[in-house]
Amino acid sequence: MTPEENNETTETLGQNLIGNGVSRRTFLKFCSTVASAMALPPTAATAMAETLSKATRQSVIWLSFQECTGCTESITRSHKPTLESLIFDFVSLDYHHTLQAASGDAAEHAREEAQKAHKGKYILIVDGSIPLKDDGVYSTIAGITNLQMLKDVAADAAAIVSVGTCAAYGGLPKADPNPTGAVAVQDIIKDKPIINIPGCPPIPVVMTGVLAHVLTFGIPELDKHGRPVAFYGDSIHDRCYRRPFYDRGLFAKSFDDEGARKGWCLFEVGCKGPVTHNACATVKWNNGASFPIQSGHGCIGCSEPDFWDAGSFYKALSTGSINPGEWATDALLAGAAVGVASGILNKASKSKAEKDHKPVTLEDMGGKK
Amino acid sequence: MNEVELLNWARGPGLAYATVIMVFGLTLRVIEILSLGRPKELAEVRSSGTADGVKLIVKRSLPEPRNWRYITASYIFHVGLLVVIFFFIPHTQLFRDVFGWFWGGWPNYIIDFFTVLSIAAMMYVLVQRRIDPARRILTRFSDYVVWVVTFIPFVTGYMAFHRLGPDYTLMLALHILSVELLMVLLPVTKLTHAVTFAISRYYTGSSMGRRGIKA
Repeated sequence: MTPEENNETTETLGQNLIGNGVSRRTFLKFCSTVASAMALPPTAATAMAETLSKATRQSVIWLSFQECTGCTESITRSHKPTLESLIFDFVSLDYHHTLQAASGDAAEHAREEAQKAHKGKYILIVDGSIPLKDDGVYSTIAGITNLQMLKDVAADAAAIVSVGTCAAYGGLPKADPNPTGAVAVQDIIKDKPIINIPGCPPIPVVMTGVLAHVLTFGIPELDKHGRPVAFYGDSIHDRCYRRPFYDRGLFAKSFDDEGARKGWCLFEVGCKGPVTHNACATVKWNNGASFPIQSGHGCIGCSEPDFWDAGSFYKALSTGSINPGEWATDALLAGAAVGVASGILNKASKSKAEKDHKPVTLEDMGGKK
Repeated sequence: MNEVELLNWARGPGLAYATVIMVFGLTLRVIEILSLGRPKELAEVRSSGTADGVKLIVKRSLPEPRNWRYITASYIFHVGLLVVIFFFIPHTQLFRDVFGWFWGGWPNYIIDFFTVLSIAAMMYVLVQRRIDPARRILTRFSDYVVWVVTFIPFVTGYMAFHRLGPDYTLMLALHILSVELLMVLLPVTKLTHAVTFAISRYYTGSSMGRRGIKA
């Protein structure tokens, strides 16, 4: 279906679902799942069902910039709702490099058509950072720089969703020394509502849950880094099932010691859970099967800005991201050298004072010989 | 700069600068002090003074019977400070990273106990400094500065650990930064006594011994 045909369609999602044999019961179950995942009140599920069933399909343009396609890989593993239902029932995904059938001019044409047909109404999803250095030549699509395409598409978007840490905060491309001058979407676009869904990649249900919220209730409550509070409100550490071991001082010292086998806290092997805000410890991954800490690896902090520049993934949070020992040796030698030099100077001025010392005579004091 | 960038700075460049200043400054001061030597003894030297020097290091580290409240508070604070710095597990991780080896830490509730006790003791000695006329006269502005830069790491550390304050990441960054300030001021204030206390006590003790005075 082309965007024009889609625009002409007045069929609502409710009618569409009935036509496709999806029962109201199934639909309500889906709405309840999303509502509970986002910690919305029970009445929200009904409201969501009402709003969604009356909604016409939302046009979505997905732009992929400096990224690894990991975010798309992740969303294709979404279980509630499935990606298929998201694309075909809730939204009209009018442009997405990886998932669309069209290529070349036809693909770019689809984007331009969607921009025109749904001006001011479409949602723009971005994954990947935007290079600014050297006029943005480091990443182009159809000869258009990412910067130009983002500005162009964002101008008529209703809202922007930055999916993944690259789009939200610059991510890996922005990591020191940032050779392409990469920045986040929010560094460029200032006049549109932006929702950040960071993670490397983000949790699938978080991406789809936020989209469902945007379609029904609009922009969700965001924290100071633009992340939906429902999913990013707590730190991994605060929700971690290994937290009691942290408090008791029981830590795995390596990945194959007794502590690791007993499931003790992974702080000492580099877990960044205390400073990372995400829903991994509650929503989990792969249909709620597990999450990194549960499978024995510390959190790497992927949903926080600049997490690539926070030092080794395998060094404890309380250690330096540099090794202060290397600096200390040089400082010690320099301090010793200056100390010795200062000591020699002190000795020299002391012996000079002794040499120049003249005994006071009685005459000096005004006495007579 | 947001709290994440602040934490990254504190754990990276900030830590490097503070370490360089502290190690450079302390080495310089200790070598300078040692190179001063001693004045010529004009009288006959009674003993080498070594035993008396060592004796005084120990003796002056033991509590004196007078002013027991103030002395107790000072002891609690100093013991608490050492326990918190060298036995809190995340701290031992830092030392292990720097030295390649370090002993294991103690459970968090023990550290928590010493932290609260130390904070209370520090507040007590500050109040004593203000209400006791003799101490108030002897206290200089730099003494208050030294108290503040020692007190802040305790408070920020306690708040970070208990998730108090606006944000854990911010509190952790402020805690590390406050310790870095302490490290920078260590060589240039009377905080230097952390490394020179033994030198000065030994010097006094051995001088007394050499002159035949009971240390």
